[in-house]
Amino acid sequence: MALASRRGRAFVAWLGHRGGALTIFVLLFVAWEAAVHVFGIKEYLLPPPSKVWSEFWRRHEIVMSGAWVTTQEILAGYALAVVVSIPLALAVAYSRFMENAVYPVIVFLQIVPKIAIAPLFIIWFGFGFTPKLLLVFLLSFFPIVVSSIAGFKSADRDVMDFARTTGAGSLTMFFKIRLPQALPHIFTGLKVGAALAATAAVVAEFVASDRGLGYLLLQYNGQLDTPMVFATIVVLSLIGLVVYYAVEVVERIAIPWHVSQQATAKDATL
Amino acid sequence: MTLRVVRGGAPAAEAPATAPDGARAYVELAGVAKTYRRDGRQTHALERVDLAIRAGEFLAIVGPSGCGKSTLLRLVAGLHLPTSGETRVAGRIVDRPQTDLGIVFQSPVLLDWRTALANVLVQVELRGLDPRAYRERALNLLAQVGLKDFADRYPHELSGGMRQRVAIARALIHDAPLLLMDEPFGALDAQTREEMRLDLEALWLATRKTVLFITHSIDEAVLLADRVVVMSPRPGRIERIIDVGLPRPRGLPARRAPEFVQAAELITGIFLARGVLHGAGGETTQDQNP
Repeated sequence: MALASRRGRAFVAWLGHRGGALTIFVLLFVAWEAAVHVFGIKEYLLPPPSKVWSEFWRRHEIVMSGAWVTTQEILAGYALAVVVSIPLALAVAYSRFMENAVYPVIVFLQIVPKIAIAPLFIIWFGFGFTPKLLLVFLLSFFPIVVSSIAGFKSADRDVMDFARTTGAGSLTMFFKIRLPQALPHIFTGLKVGAALAATAAVVAEFVASDRGLGYLLLQYNGQLDTPMVFATIVVLSLIGLVVYYAVEVVERIAIPWHVSQQATAKDATL
Repeated sequence: MTLRVVRGGAPAAEAPATAPDGARAYVELAGVAKTYRRDGRQTHALERVDLAIRAGEFLAIVGPSGCGKSTLLRLVAGLHLPTSGETRVAGRIVDRPQTDLGIVFQSPVLLDWRTALANVLVQVELRGLDPRAYRERALNLLAQVGLKDFADRYPHELSGGMRQRVAIARALIHDAPLLLMDEPFGALDAQTREEMRLDLEALWLATRKTVLFITHSIDEAVLLADRVVVMSPRPGRIERIIDVGLPRPRGLPARRAPEFVQAAELITGIFLARGVLHGAGGETTQDQNP
């Protein structure tokens, strides 16, 4: 009974939460559409949402094929970042040598504005897929590696002392304590990295490419085809959103205890 | 006779530090000192401590923060090694982390991703034992610490006191003869503390483990322990060892017993003399005295 009513209240709270955001979104689009018509704003400055939609629908095949190219760059670069950064974070967290030698380098390189390196990648790797993949990798890599290192090092002293009194081996301790304890940090990095991946792919395409959403965006911009510029931005945002939520879904499956813990903390502050 | 001749020639006058005749010492510290070095600076955490804890004894150590009482507990657990002197548990020299014990810290240090039951069972899992074999026992222990209906709850769904109860059950699941408690009730509110104290006494009376209990509360030490070791601040030294003659179970009324008042006042007096407590009476922890 108590549980049912608690769930019920949680659902109503959720509806109130999301419902509000949804309403505001709808109102925003309505106001946008109305403002364009009422004030007679020129289409190349600000097209109404209806025009964006109709133009997109007319030429959706071009946009979608561009989206597919960009998605591939995002996924490949992001996957590479995950595969490289988590083992590297492990090595830095557990090897004194790696910590002394590699960690300062990571911290220093993190300060370099990664986007500024994009033109260099063109010189080195040409106009194809590789420089895009590398820029996505570079931007996603740092948040993942830095927060994973923090995660692997986060083990509380008392927890580790308790574990030492059980005589457990270091492998057992890693899988039973250190890894689960690091996962929330790792997922924070994974989410930041996912959000940056789409940005990186578009910037790389801006610099030099003959396909992808970044390329299309520049084309439409040059032709003052503003409705298509908007349509491309929306598609790009949706890709970013899907990637981000995919990571969040994995997080919910991997560490449900952490997600519900945050939910409880939020409820407590409400 | 368990009086030991200690390296460095401890005077026989320190006899109260060792267990009296006939009783077997389960934990022995002989001339144990601990110095931390950091950035070329030395901190003397403990200075030449001689102490023996009898098997089945409940021994409390009370002292101000910085008196090295937590260091002492970690030395017994083998989590720290002494700079000089030696520690023995069950007759064996402690030269590495000890595993034949249960340990409880001030914070419950539960694993957030495990239920209360799974947190108790992690003790046996880390020891490479089959948790299924201990499930029944874990549930019984949780019931004994008052968490019968909370076995499937996660730490964030439990109150501070309940979490500490899980930590106590975790320290008991493998039935080790020694229980080390480092200010286990220090983070709890006064009423929860009192409840926890009563439950701990009952639990101890049922199991009769050897307990080393660290606290900064004079009341708690006197009400729980067979003997109270009073420590003075930096460098940590044993100031006095007091026998508490209160009958068991002590429960709530023990606070009004003359033995309690006497022992608590004795310790308060020592702290006042050492500058640990200041000012006029009435602002010590003995506010409930008649």
